[in-house]
Amino acid sequence: MAYSNKVLDHYNNPRNVGSLDKSDPNVGTGMVGAPECGDVMKLQVKVNPETGVIEDAKFKTFGCGSAIASSSLATEWLHGKTVDEALQIKNTDIVNELSLPPVKIHCSVLAEDAIKAAISDYKKKAATKSEAVASS
Amino acid sequence: MKLPIYMDNHATTPVDPRVFDTMKPYFTEIFGNAASRNHSFGWQAEEAVEKARKQAADLIGANAKEIVFTSGATESNNLALKGVAEMYAEKGNHIITAATEHKAVLDTCKRLEKHGIRVTYLPVQTNGLIDLDMLADAITDKTILISIMYANNEIGVLQPIAEIGKLAKSKGVLLHTDATQAVGKVPVNVIKDNIDLASLSGHKMYGPKGVGALYVRRKSPRVQITAQMDGGGHERGMRSGTLNVPGIVGLGEACGLCNAGMQEEAKRMAYLRDKLRGKLEKELDEVYINGTMEHRLPNNLNISFAYVEGESLLMGINDIAVSSGSACTSATLEPSYVLKALGAGDDLAHSSIRFGLGRFNTEEEVDYVADKVIDVVKKLRELSPLYEMAKEGIDLAKVQWSAH
Repeated sequence: MAYSNKVLDHYNNPRNVGSLDKSDPNVGTGMVGAPECGDVMKLQVKVNPETGVIEDAKFKTFGCGSAIASSSLATEWLHGKTVDEALQIKNTDIVNELSLPPVKIHCSVLAEDAIKAAISDYKKKAATKSEAVASS
Repeated sequence: MKLPIYMDNHATTPVDPRVFDTMKPYFTEIFGNAASRNHSFGWQAEEAVEKARKQAADLIGANAKEIVFTSGATESNNLALKGVAEMYAEKGNHIITAATEHKAVLDTCKRLEKHGIRVTYLPVQTNGLIDLDMLADAITDKTILISIMYANNEIGVLQPIAEIGKLAKSKGVLLHTDATQAVGKVPVNVIKDNIDLASLSGHKMYGPKGVGALYVRRKSPRVQITAQMDGGGHERGMRSGTLNVPGIVGLGEACGLCNAGMQEEAKRMAYLRDKLRGKLEKELDEVYINGTMEHRLPNNLNISFAYVEGESLLMGINDIAVSSGSACTSATLEPSYVLKALGAGDDLAHSSIRFGLGRFNTEEEVDYVADKVIDVVKKLRELSPLYEMAKEGIDLAKVQWSAH
């Protein structure tokens, strides 16, 4: 199977590889997929609680080149977006940008799920924090 | 050293230049039909075919009259299984095979099941070998055939064919072996191993594609098979169709070369394979060999690099031709059924790479391949959330994954 140049570029020079501190209240972590399915993505966002803007995004992915490229691209897009804007990212945007073939669409779905999971984790943390503030 | 490096010799091998030279005149000069009995063109073609038949027979300890030329091992497997099932239908309707067989055997069995044949698919142990006691227990008075491969095409493990042959003989059951990967690489002897039918293929042993053979025993017992293709009654009625003379000449020459150089070549393959393995294991943690190393083709290494997905690894070593059991590299999006049958877990199947060394690989290439694989595995582990978790001491088996 031939890979698109953009997939190759992300595979060879993945953006934003790494991990953020899970325990930081401003960090949301999403982990999707399963090893026995051959894909696991971990995607993290660090949100400025004042502005709701994503200031940092990191990923680590176990999966094929297209899965790596999808998550790499996702972190690139997340930088500077607000949490609500980030939720607008659709898997089809990733498919189009990377020219993924049909058999690789699930990689883009996984990346969208990872974004949603990371943001939902952040929102949950923010909610408990504000509850904690309210009750004190 | 030239790139890309070919190290996928279980998929196919290049034609040895000596084989090619032997074949050449049979395309244009000695082009006769081996079945033409009344002119020299036919006689010469027939003579060449008979020489090749002898060369193929010699390689496996058979008699030339026991070799039936086919289009390849898939046809040989089909002919053996369907031919026996049809011929011995009155004796019984039960066939025993194993879960890790090639699809040419498994899918033929599936078809036979639709025609009233009962098939037992033996599981394999974690080392890839079948359990002889389990095989013995599976034999009934309706069993007509045991079909167990000699060497596995993915993990290279050698089944205990001599023991299986002894057992089959004592029970009066025929033994077919798909010896495609074994012939020419390790000594195969149909007499010593009590083999009744054996499939082999040209292009797995430096011969051409599109030609293979089926060994059919003629004495004690005399094995009969029903032809699966009707026509001119070639190959003593077992396989009709004008003989592929250049292909057969190539197969014969390939067999001859293997016969002459097998011992030395096997030693060289094992040396290179063990060097590759040693380098990988020295530089990388958590690498797992799939299948036993004790009973294995000298040119095979099947290895899982934990926490790294196979296709992404292949992408990083794109100047090296190897294959992976990862689902992403298969048309079905299912990981290797052979590796699954070992019970290693799907995650290790997704992380597996098959190295198939061959006659034309050099030590320099092995060094290059080892260094490159080590490099890319390290890079991908930096990228792997699973490697990070494992290093943190998290038991991945206990994590609640969100399956998708």
